[in-house]
Amino acid sequence: MIIKQLTVFLENKTGRLNEVSQLLGISGINISAMTLADTSEFGILRMIVSEPEKALSILKDAEFSARLTDVICLNSPNEPGALARALEILSGESVFIEYLYAYSMDNKSANIVLKPDNIQKCIEVLQKHKMELVSASEMYKI
Amino acid sequence: MIWNEKIECANRDEMRTIQTERLIETVKRIYHNVPSYRQKMQEVGLVPDDIRSIDDLSKLPFTLKTDLRDNYPFGMFTVPMSEIVRIHASSGTTGKPTVVGYTRKDLNSWSEVVTRSLCMAGVHREDIVQVAYGYGLFTGGLGLHYGCENLGASVIPISGGNTEKQLQLMEDFGTTVIACTPSYSLFLAEEMEAAGIKKENLKLRIGIFGAEPWTENMRKEIEAKLGIKAIDIYGLSEIIGPGVSCECEQQAGMHINEDHFVPEIIDPETLQPLPAGEIGELVFTTITKEGIPLIRYRTRDLTRLNYEKCACGRTLVRMEKCKGRSDDMLIIRGVNVFPSQIETVLLEMSETAPHYLLIVEREGNLDTLKLMVEVQEQFFSDEIRQLEALRKKITHKLQSTLGISVDVKLVEPKTIERTAGKAKRVIDNRKL
Ligand SMILES: [Zn+2]
Repeated sequence: MIIKQLTVFLENKTGRLNEVSQLLGISGINISAMTLADTSEFGILRMIVSEPEKALSILKDAEFSARLTDVICLNSPNEPGALARALEILSGESVFIEYLYAYSMDNKSANIVLKPDNIQKCIEVLQKHKMELVSASEMYKI
Repeated sequence: MIWNEKIECANRDEMRTIQTERLIETVKRIYHNVPSYRQKMQEVGLVPDDIRSIDDLSKLPFTLKTDLRDNYPFGMFTVPMSEIVRIHASSGTTGKPTVVGYTRKDLNSWSEVVTRSLCMAGVHREDIVQVAYGYGLFTGGLGLHYGCENLGASVIPISGGNTEKQLQLMEDFGTTVIACTPSYSLFLAEEMEAAGIKKENLKLRIGIFGAEPWTENMRKEIEAKLGIKAIDIYGLSEIIGPGVSCECEQQAGMHINEDHFVPEIIDPETLQPLPAGEIGELVFTTITKEGIPLIRYRTRDLTRLNYEKCACGRTLVRMEKCKGRSDDMLIIRGVNVFPSQIETVLLEMSETAPHYLLIVEREGNLDTLKLMVEVQEQFFSDEIRQLEALRKKITHKLQSTLGISVDVKLVEPKTIERTAGKAKRVIDNRKL
């Protein structure tokens, strides 16, 4: 259930994001999801990739500050209010979300990547409420 | 145990009397025997008779390391070679070594101050002391050696290096005290672990560490890994070698053997003496040495002095662990800033100091200080909130340590240029 997210520290300089995607591209690593959180000074790039360990070592060799972070991914119906329901359940059980990003798979469903404060508890709560979690192998394949 | 209670616990007046007497003698001796220093005194219109008390010390000209080089090798000795019984030298990073000579009496004084230091550290005659400082031209090994013998402890003169042998003797001989550089003690700890030697199976109880700067974090690490009390000893060969000052078991500053070496703290910029308690450059005047007495020798080490009586009972003035070198000092908005202070702040926040670069600019009439810190593994978080918090924490700590505001910027690894493996720490873009 736990998915390894590739996290990269970036200064807000032009071309760095490009460099990351190129490095991964030439090594045949596919990026299935990506988001950039930024402040005026620096950014944090978060990605779900096909081979997280390999991607990590490629970036480290290129002297990027990178690490793998444990996240989970919730598959939710692509309809109004679905995300709100999931979040309500989690906050009702005192699971707090550090950050999330979501993307639609098709008309029917959306994937929501979550970084909870307590990952084990988060998984238990979601499973208890019969919410569908995406497995790591599925995620890396997309 | 206090080795020389009469001196080490003397009250301030008694100490000043001793210092006054000895200073007057020393100034005479140097004036008449060292032409280069006599000239310095003449330039400011001083004769030995002008020096009547320890309070007159600040009238005297300074001695610099370059004076020793300019008078290489023996030009600053005040006795004929027939009186010199030992010569030590420290290798300079550039050019000629710094040479010092000891008379019989100097060696006795040196043994005395090292013995006092050992007692401060809690060493006694039943101890087995493994001296793993280098023996030779360097003062570390022999300095500790004679102090231990004078105390009556058993010395193992193993010298530096040969880690396997160090560990073997430590185990087989039941060494109780190790004397070496702090970094070597950590290396020994690692090797112990690799060799499967547990600290519980050793009899080590005290470490006497000096000859290089080390932090409080290193002290904690050494004490935990070796199961010992780690004591800081200070010295420099120009003054005598190890034993100029040493911590007592309170670990609250190093007691200076001030009946031999009179300390002063000066502002490295104005060269004026600073009041007790202020940080500045440490200056020593040797008042008992015969071979090569030095007046107001600028050590370039930064520290402060504490004249309060110590909980151990000693009244000998204490100096704090050195905070850096005055050579690196920057003056920003009138405030003295040392890169080592910044390094200390960063070290306190992680296991290893990150690479950093200080950039000083002048915008209008205002100096600004920017600190670039490489975000490496130990600092990196996947959450913006935490990185922002880290940035704020560094900013706050620097503000309270330095007394001026610093603009902290987190940058990617390897952003900061390295020259031959070493990073350049300061860029001063001010056109003054
Ligand atoms: Zn004390």
